[in-house]
Amino acid sequence: MNVTMTVNGQEVTRDVEPRMLLVHFLRDTLDLTGTHWGCDTSNCGACVVHLDGKAVKSCTVLAVMCDGHRVDTVESLEKDGELDPIQQGFHEQHALQCGFCTPGMIMTTRALLNENPNPTDEEIRIAISGGICRCTGYKNIVSAVRWAAEHERAGQEG
Amino acid sequence: MQTPASFEYERATSLDGAIAALNERGANARVIAGGHSLLPMMKLRLASPEHLVDINDLAELAYIREEGDEVRIGALTRHVDLLRSDLLAERFPVFRDAENVIADPVVRNRGTLGGSLCQADAAEDLSAVCSALKAKVVIRGSGGERVVGMDKFHIGPYMTAVGSGEILTEVRIGVRPGAGSAHEKVERRAGDWAIAAASAAVWIEGNAIADAGVALAAVGLTTIHLDRAEELLRGKPPSDEVFDQVATIASEDCTPMPDGRGPVDYKRHLAGVLAKRALQRATSRALHQEA
Repeated sequence: MNVTMTVNGQEVTRDVEPRMLLVHFLRDTLDLTGTHWGCDTSNCGACVVHLDGKAVKSCTVLAVMCDGHRVDTVESLEKDGELDPIQQGFHEQHALQCGFCTPGMIMTTRALLNENPNPTDEEIRIAISGGICRCTGYKNIVSAVRWAAEHERAGQEG
Repeated sequence: MQTPASFEYERATSLDGAIAALNERGANARVIAGGHSLLPMMKLRLASPEHLVDINDLAELAYIREEGDEVRIGALTRHVDLLRSDLLAERFPVFRDAENVIADPVVRNRGTLGGSLCQADAAEDLSAVCSALKAKVVIRGSGGERVVGMDKFHIGPYMTAVGSGEILTEVRIGVRPGAGSAHEKVERRAGDWAIAAASAAVWIEGNAIADAGVALAAVGLTTIHLDRAEELLRGKPPSDEVFDQVATIASEDCTPMPDGRGPVDYKRHLAGVLAKRALQRATSRALHQEA
């Protein structure tokens, strides 16, 4: 069936099977491979994207359920060659090793900072509790989010 | 790659339309809301509906409000909204206790109250919460609405009183004076299903427990409502002594299975400990003694 949704600000229409999961729609149909496909069971959080601004696990959402809605992926963050503060924070604080969990971690914490620009370490840890980093680099991920929060607030005040 | 078997998909634009679609398609049609139980079941072929009716657009089913002497919660209310509701935290803090430990924040953005109850997984927390609170659910079909108590709602593992062509639309919880409630859960790791969990509610009048509800999750084939504990508690002043007796009842009346989460003896013991802790906290809250 035909679905039309706004992905990263652009309206797209595709003919898909109802059983196609959003993660495969993004990766295989739209070629947006930034979103990673991990456990397939909503446990690992590698596939997190934003659906109408809320973080969701795209392995457990059907593409057809997004018809008429807005989806944003990790590819939407960089603007005019400028990294999002969270992406920059992951770079500055060495918050990735293998990088598999990174897109999901970034989209999860982007949603956190959109709601709460100044989270505590505890709040950051709770926010990423649905994401698994098998390199176990959680400490640096928390540092990266804190870095992003501080720079984002400084940028807005400046 | 895990992908569900083929099915037809339909987006409901009204509650009546959703019910009509379910009736038209018969027993092989299912409602999908958050999808965080149904889609994993479909991927594993534990469920293979031929027709899905998506109710996510029915915003009229997402609300938490107090009406008269009841708090009414729409079936499409997401976990995140149950967690954040100040009305629920004030009236029935057991919801916030449970929601803090249900899955993770990203899953909680999607999963719904109605979906959790209708999944009828014995390990699911909100079923124990609603059982302890003696909630009633509203089930609507083409012939109108009926109201069913939580004690009659779960009729077996993954089986509920919701029939073919029907939708659970609302959960109602009576507001009575002297209420306190709490949920206690032990899990292997953050966001996991419970090894065991206990929900407790008490309604205290004067020095005595006028009414109580205690329910257990993950230690039987269905959510376990401890009727014997309720009878024991009614009319008695709250005390650790009587809560110890409830703990014994909880250990005796649950029917856990041995698995990777632990052996039977351990789970029985844990069910008792958690039932007592939940009652202690519920009572402290009812008496406004909790810091």
